[in-house]
Amino acid sequence: MSAALLLVQFAPLLGAALLLGLRGLPRAAIAPIGVGSVAIAALAWAWLLQAWLAQSGFGAAAEMAQAPSLHVPLWTWIAVEGFTVGLALQLDGLALTMVGVITGIGALIHLYASWYMREDPALRRFFAYMNLFVAAMLLLVLADDLLGLYLGWEGVGLCSYLLIGFWAQEPANAAAARKAFVTTRVGDTLLAIGLLLLWREFGTLHIDSLLAAAPARWGATPADPTLLLVCLLLLGGAVGKSAQLPLQAWLPDAMAGPTPVSALIHAATMVTAGVYLIARLHPLYALSPTALLVVGWVGALTLLLAAGAALVQRDIKRILAYSTISQIGYMFLALGAGAYAAAIFHMYTHAFFKALLFLAAGSVISALHHEQDLFRMGGLARKLPWACAAFVAGGAALAAVPWISAGFYSKDAILFAAWAGPTRAWWVLGVAGALLTGLYTFRLIFIAFTRPAPADAPQAHDAGDWRERLPLGLLILGALGAGFVSLPARYSLPLEDIPHPTALLLAQLACGLAGIALAWWLYQRRGLRDAQVRGWRAWARAGWGFDALYGALLVRPWQALAEANRRDVVDRAYAGLAGGAQALHRLVSRTQTASLRQYAQAFAAGLILLLAWALWQGPASRLASEVAPDVDSAAESAAGSPLRSPGGSTAASGPGPVTAPGTASAAEPSAATALAADRDTMPLAARGAGG
Amino acid sequence: MSALLPALPLLLLLGGAACALLARLGPQLARWAALLSLLLAGLLLAALGLSFELGALQSSAAPGFAWRWEMAWIPRLGISLQLGLDGLALLLCGLTLLLGLLAVLASWGEIHERVGLYHLCLLWHLAGVLGVFLALDLFLFFVCWEAMLVPMALLIALWGHRGLGGRSPAYAAIKFFLFTQASGLLMLAAFAGLAWQHWLATGSWSFDYFALRELVPDPAWGRWLMLGLFVAFAVKLPALGGHAWLPDAHSQAPTAGSIILAGVLLKTGAYGLLRFALPLFPQESAWLAPWAMALGVGGILYGASLALAQSDIKRFVAYTSISHMGFVLLGCYALQASALQGVVALLLAHGLATGALFWLCGALYARLHSRDLARMGGLAPRLPRLASAWVFFGLASLGLPGLGNFVGEILVLVGSFAVAPLAAVVAATGMVLAAVYGLRLISGVLHGPPRELGPADMADLRGAEVGGLLLLGLLLLALGLYPQPVFELADSAVTQALAARGAP
Repeated sequence: MSAALLLVQFAPLLGAALLLGLRGLPRAAIAPIGVGSVAIAALAWAWLLQAWLAQSGFGAAAEMAQAPSLHVPLWTWIAVEGFTVGLALQLDGLALTMVGVITGIGALIHLYASWYMREDPALRRFFAYMNLFVAAMLLLVLADDLLGLYLGWEGVGLCSYLLIGFWAQEPANAAAARKAFVTTRVGDTLLAIGLLLLWREFGTLHIDSLLAAAPARWGATPADPTLLLVCLLLLGGAVGKSAQLPLQAWLPDAMAGPTPVSALIHAATMVTAGVYLIARLHPLYALSPTALLVVGWVGALTLLLAAGAALVQRDIKRILAYSTISQIGYMFLALGAGAYAAAIFHMYTHAFFKALLFLAAGSVISALHHEQDLFRMGGLARKLPWACAAFVAGGAALAAVPWISAGFYSKDAILFAAWAGPTRAWWVLGVAGALLTGLYTFRLIFIAFTRPAPADAPQAHDAGDWRERLPLGLLILGALGAGFVSLPARYSLPLEDIPHPTALLLAQLACGLAGIALAWWLYQRRGLRDAQVRGWRAWARAGWGFDALYGALLVRPWQALAEANRRDVVDRAYAGLAGGAQALHRLVSRTQTASLRQYAQAFAAGLILLLAWALWQGPASRLASEVAPDVDSAAESAAGSPLRSPGGSTAASGPGPVTAPGTASAAEPSAATALAADRDTMPLAARGAGG
Repeated sequence: MSALLPALPLLLLLGGAACALLARLGPQLARWAALLSLLLAGLLLAALGLSFELGALQSSAAPGFAWRWEMAWIPRLGISLQLGLDGLALLLCGLTLLLGLLAVLASWGEIHERVGLYHLCLLWHLAGVLGVFLALDLFLFFVCWEAMLVPMALLIALWGHRGLGGRSPAYAAIKFFLFTQASGLLMLAAFAGLAWQHWLATGSWSFDYFALRELVPDPAWGRWLMLGLFVAFAVKLPALGGHAWLPDAHSQAPTAGSIILAGVLLKTGAYGLLRFALPLFPQESAWLAPWAMALGVGGILYGASLALAQSDIKRFVAYTSISHMGFVLLGCYALQASALQGVVALLLAHGLATGALFWLCGALYARLHSRDLARMGGLAPRLPRLASAWVFFGLASLGLPGLGNFVGEILVLVGSFAVAPLAAVVAATGMVLAAVYGLRLISGVLHGPPRELGPADMADLRGAEVGGLLLLGLLLLALGLYPQPVFELADSAVTQALAARGAP
């Protein structure tokens, strides 16, 4: 068992190391290593699955709430006084589900990629990054410690960056890659701060220990601000990775990567990491109703906004990207409603049908010589039957066509949970989203496949072989049938008893089908074309203006600030100091003329100045010394003659002479008071004389 | 074995002299002599390190110092030649010799004038650095501190290049010299003040590290003495405000000079804080801590945002160093064992990653004859090996988990979050800025359409370059995934740095 788990984790890592390290690898060996390593991991997972099923069985679900988990310690990552983190792999029902999606669908996408990328000169680099991604994603879901999860979390972000920018000679692709990395890093930083806070509160980042300790700490105080802060910080990480509001704007641009990358990273696995994170930590979120409410609203708003944006895109990959954001919004909605199992169930079905849609889109794009504009396609059903079948099956699942598609079961579970949730508004938004989903999905299908091709459409040219057909075929089966499979994940997640009213079911059904019907009427029947879009449609096409908003609020002010201080104000200050010293030096050195006459002049001038000062200072000081005794004598006789004191009256115009007579005249004939009054006048008079 | 300690710097001093003499017979001989003496010193250090017994001397007068050597120098003033090697010194000396070796390799094809004098300066500078890491007598520490200064200033002035802004190497060298010299003077004053305090307390002068660690200086003087030390180390680190010398020195220095400046010289400032400022002045450091942490956080953000505005790649990397050293300052003054361990990890990781980046800057300059980021781009397909290395070390620099810098940064954040959550949170936003500058550095050089900069048939990295960079990369990976040996080695120094806290 342990060996199989180690194989799951390290086979893709070894593949990546081989592909990165062996530069001279013959081209024929690249795809077998790249696909094979993931396929081995998938086989090891299958073995683990059967062992797991043999242990717990399907029948014993009730007792299996504490399902067995497999724990394989790796090594101590960091152990210092006050901070200890170990690296270990832990496999429970939830992780088993995630690993299945990552390795199973991952292997199919790798196989497809070996066809799609067959002519790319940098094939070795491509598969190295893909394998590294799978390894990092596996670590993310297998780590038993949040810092280990964070290692995987940033690792998948790195691979996403490297693969979005795979064709980085095109500056737009490099910019999209940077945008993806930086935006998700904003979320990652929030997550990291959340980890710091958790560490301070509990002294551990070990997931099971945290989840065991949290109820004792916060179980009685659901309004504790620290609990809410922790939950929101972790949510910040989740929305960054999963492209939810307000950090969703990177995902549509991320379509710059090769299409298999979009299928694997930006549809099936990495973007659902946020859903996994919250599901994994659901006992923590369950403690805070406010946090769950925020999660649910993030999902509800995102799903609607993204569906609206998907409706007006022209690029088929961007339609699918907005659709992914919208579907992950459903998962967040489910999490917010406390239906964690439903969220993971939708994650699992979504992985099938969205990977399928992306791969089919890849086949279309490849057949049309890298044409991605929907309005330059048409009539592809006959020319590309495999892609058409894939799109119809995937689209049916995405639009939740009842009973025959996997998406139907998972999406209805979410909508039922939304109905039972804290606010009915979630259900309304969810159902409105379902209508839009049907509309935008079949808009794509009708325009690209069944409508006649426009005049400027490129000729389709189907070059698919078994490496394309096999993944498409298997994923078609998955998109239609995956909803019938019971997930191991539900052994790790609480099962809610959510009511399924029939009226509700019918309303949900009707909305989804109405969207499809509307699409047929608008795009097939009326043949609506994409005229000049204005107003809200232009706004929606630009992703509701988030890019412009962040650009104006954050990016440009900061760039302007950095640019303004490009020459470093601190350095300028020191330069000013040095400049001042130099200026002084120049000034003084100008006197060094080596001319005897000038020196003599300066000498004479100095002498005169010195003499003048001595002469001026001399009488002044003599005056002061003369006046002072004079004042003294005046003080002695002040009582007798109040109007005398010439030195004081001439030199000092201050209160001295004024008060002296005043006090003197007001004074009683007592000698003591007269003396006191005169003491006051004396220094004033002396000061006046000196000044 | 202890008697071998002075041989470490002496080997480099003699090696330097040998380089100067042998250069008369041929420049290649000088290069080999430099390589050989560094290798010998490395072997010697390895021998000393392998016979290390961690914790064996915990209870002695010098806990953690596995090897000590002492010789009288100026007994009347309590000055002796005293060297000691503990885990921290071992790590930093190892880093010094490793980067020294790489610096000699990086100079191989770059330096063709006055080769003998060049290697003399390089080796004597490194000898001074080793002396700084080994000295246990404060006066000797000061002497070594000054001794590393002059050769480096010469390296910049004589073999440097003109910066993009038009500043000459001489300008950078003089600036470097003045900043370090002025702050070194404050350090000397602080050391002399401590020795004087020792005289007041016991009637005898002493510059002995262990004797002074027992001393509780007069509170009226303690703060000023501590500030003198702090300023000296903060300028070297450099902390925000004292950093103005660094961008010029880094960008105008020859490649080897930049590698050594970033990889080794900055570490002496942090080492000084860890070894001297914190343990000698526990009370005063606690008083300074909030201000120093604020300065550290300011440095993180300031360096990161200034880096973005630079178009000279060496200046760019230099400003990222300021940002990283902000983390070091924050960690030092969090006064937590975890944060100090993070500082040690960060010092090593920064030395390896930034050393490698400067090496690559030199390699780029050698091929393109330009360091202007605005003129680069599209190099990934033309220089695939160099591109891989550039991406790897760029990612290390932006703190990717799994590589060494992350371990250091997260420990600094954990430690500082415990005492100053706000500072840690603001510092964490530096991770976003690091992503922005790191990716700009990567993209600006490698991505976009190919440009016509440089000859059409540029050679990719050569064997020795690949080998050296691979070694640095593997060390960074090891530090990122299994840093435990480093923590164990640094443990005694970290414990000692905090041990005196709480004493009256």
